[in-house]
Amino acid sequence: MAGIAIAGNPNAGKTSLFNHLTGAAQSVGNYPGVTVERKEGVARFNGRRVSVVDLPGTYSLTAYSQEELVARNFIIEDGPDLVVDVLDASNLERHLYLAIQIMEMGAPLLLALNMVDVAKRRGIQVDHAKLSELLGVPVVPTVGSKGTGIKELLQRCIEAIDGKVAVSPRAVTYGHEVDEEVDTLAELATGVPLLVARYSPRWLAVKLLEGDPEVEKKVAELGGEAAPALLEAARKAVKAIERHCGDDCSTVIAERRYGYAAGIMRECVTLTGEAREMNTDRIDRIVCNRFLGPLILVGVVAALFFTVFKVSTEWAWVPWFGGWYAPVDWVEWFFERLADAVAGLEPRAPILHSLISDALIAGVGGVLGFVPLIFTMFLLISALEDSGYIARVAFILDRVLQTFGLQGKSILAMIVSGGLGAGGCAVPGVLATRTLREEKDRLITMLVAPFMNCGAKLPVYAMLIAAFFPHRHTQMMLLLWAFSWVVALCAAWVLRKFVIRGEQTPFVMELPPYHVPVLRSLLLHTWERTWMYVKKAGTIILAINVLLWALMYFPQPPDAANVSARFQAIVPSHASEAEQAANALAHSYAGRFGRALEPITQYAGFDWRTNIALVGGFMAKEVVVGTLGTVMAMGDVEPGQSETLSQRLAGDPAWNPLKGFALMIFVMVYAPCFVCMAVIRRESGSWKWALFSTAYSTIIAFVLTVLIYQGGLALGLGIP
Amino acid sequence: MSTKTLFDLVSGDRARIVRIRGGSAPGLRQRLLDMGITRGTELLVERHAPLGDPVEISLKGYSLALRMNEARHIEIEEL
Repeated sequence: MAGIAIAGNPNAGKTSLFNHLTGAAQSVGNYPGVTVERKEGVARFNGRRVSVVDLPGTYSLTAYSQEELVARNFIIEDGPDLVVDVLDASNLERHLYLAIQIMEMGAPLLLALNMVDVAKRRGIQVDHAKLSELLGVPVVPTVGSKGTGIKELLQRCIEAIDGKVAVSPRAVTYGHEVDEEVDTLAELATGVPLLVARYSPRWLAVKLLEGDPEVEKKVAELGGEAAPALLEAARKAVKAIERHCGDDCSTVIAERRYGYAAGIMRECVTLTGEAREMNTDRIDRIVCNRFLGPLILVGVVAALFFTVFKVSTEWAWVPWFGGWYAPVDWVEWFFERLADAVAGLEPRAPILHSLISDALIAGVGGVLGFVPLIFTMFLLISALEDSGYIARVAFILDRVLQTFGLQGKSILAMIVSGGLGAGGCAVPGVLATRTLREEKDRLITMLVAPFMNCGAKLPVYAMLIAAFFPHRHTQMMLLLWAFSWVVALCAAWVLRKFVIRGEQTPFVMELPPYHVPVLRSLLLHTWERTWMYVKKAGTIILAINVLLWALMYFPQPPDAANVSARFQAIVPSHASEAEQAANALAHSYAGRFGRALEPITQYAGFDWRTNIALVGGFMAKEVVVGTLGTVMAMGDVEPGQSETLSQRLAGDPAWNPLKGFALMIFVMVYAPCFVCMAVIRRESGSWKWALFSTAYSTIIAFVLTVLIYQGGLALGLGIP
Repeated sequence: MSTKTLFDLVSGDRARIVRIRGGSAPGLRQRLLDMGITRGTELLVERHAPLGDPVEISLKGYSLALRMNEARHIEIEEL
């Protein structure tokens, strides 16, 4: 099957063109090893099938950003039959700058001159026939948002693939002093077969003149004996150009490219108006205003947060069997029925029943339970992103978050993760980091977002506050909220300073004109991303769930009658059902693990029972409540109805407010739940960061808790 | 007196880019160039963010936001 790659600047309307070309037949994934999203699909035309890959949107094709490297390596290594570069007709100069670089690569090229309607409205008339003539490649005018010109575009693509239209771009010229050096270097490169087999000699020459580190590496690798001579010739050429032009060589080349673009503009663009985007101007005057801007931002972000969580978890708006359900409860309903269906198995095969019901059904239910949240989050954030508002969020908040090594857009992930203190979830929060284009900023955001107080931590707080601080509920919640932000921001600062170091990607961001998002495109996009979560993260989540289940289920204790002496001390024989459950849990691997850790965790004030509960909390933080209930032989404690457990802890001499507070802080900070970990694994592209996230947050949690507990003891707190 | 940079301008100012300051990291220089910060380009300072940083400028028919730290690297002459 022939293949097309779609290239273009961000905001050129690439995605909507891609959607029109491929329809719903597309899939989203990641490029191997990196966080860059990869979308591909199949276009059909007159019985022909053509594969289409949507390259990441880039402004250039340098080696300085992951996305640009991914895009250019795809063009070089996968050798698509045709590259379709999408240009914004209303912003032609900067968009031609990228087109020129694709021309340099010598790739077969076709230009989609998009947004011609917007250009027309702004009084910008582009003569596309002239443009095609000047560049030597076909140009098709399109309006991606409305689907205008798609048929012609596809037809021209097929013709191009079949060799019926010329798609070999003209050679770019940079002025004679540079051209001479390019020619010389290109000729030298032509003598190295391994290089010419992959790269266009002229492109190599230009990249060597620009001092592209990646290309220099490849030349050294593939050039063999010819490499030193070629690199030396490049160094001389750079010197010659710099002497001649009195400026840095990469600057000269970039300027000449822009000069070339400007020359083309002059010949094929007619201006009939002021060309300013008046509506965007007017909106920005309010939205980025010194006083109104932050207020509007708080409003929009809070509205985003409440809509995501109300629509998916609180408002019962899905009619089902005569009742109304919130989407999350609706998903839960199915899995409860499923669990009921296998209940008959319990007396005959208790282990199999527990495996099916507690590990598999609960696992799949756990994966799918997040779907309504993730879907709504992606839908709303994509809508905000497509409208252009996210760029303004980044603009307004950048100064505040920059101090901590984050950037303005990080705020979305933090809020969705629970930054407002009113619930939230780090799973969609980590996924929301996709709006960040800068790799390091994105990774740091992903690693600190789980510190926010998500909805699952709230029941744990509620239970402990009720037990130890019954009259200070509001103050405690406020304190915990502030504490989570302090931890997250400090952690971000430390990560930036010591772990994810290196040059910070310069924050140079386009503020695109406002657009009304296209619903079809939004839904498609949202659906693809959600499906990818189910498929990719889902398998990991299910596997870990089974593993955790086994840890808490095996080995089973011997019959109550011959419990080993060690356990008899804790659980008397002829125990009640709740006591048996406590015994079973204490006897399991998780229980042994909790006991083994007690000598260490006692410094934080945690006994082995708390340790077991914390192991359970790795499944989901609210599980801490239920597990603590079980291990204290109180039977099933529902996270929402934990009064009995609260009373029990309040009356237990082994517990005190200091321990309660230390436990709250630990639950806030320690390892993100494994669903979140699986999503970090997906989004960061490696297990390394998922495991790092788990380890470093647990260490921070432990250190903090020990400091609080020991400090409290030293101050005489917590002694009854 | 040192040369004026984008850092020194206030909103409403118009300027022409003279050059990107020598000694800037190659990644930053290339990124600025790619975004159209090239010699002779005219720009208008649209506004600063509420806390004074970043700054929004318009050039080559589009709007660009950059941090004041980066703005220091862009030498300009006022128009």
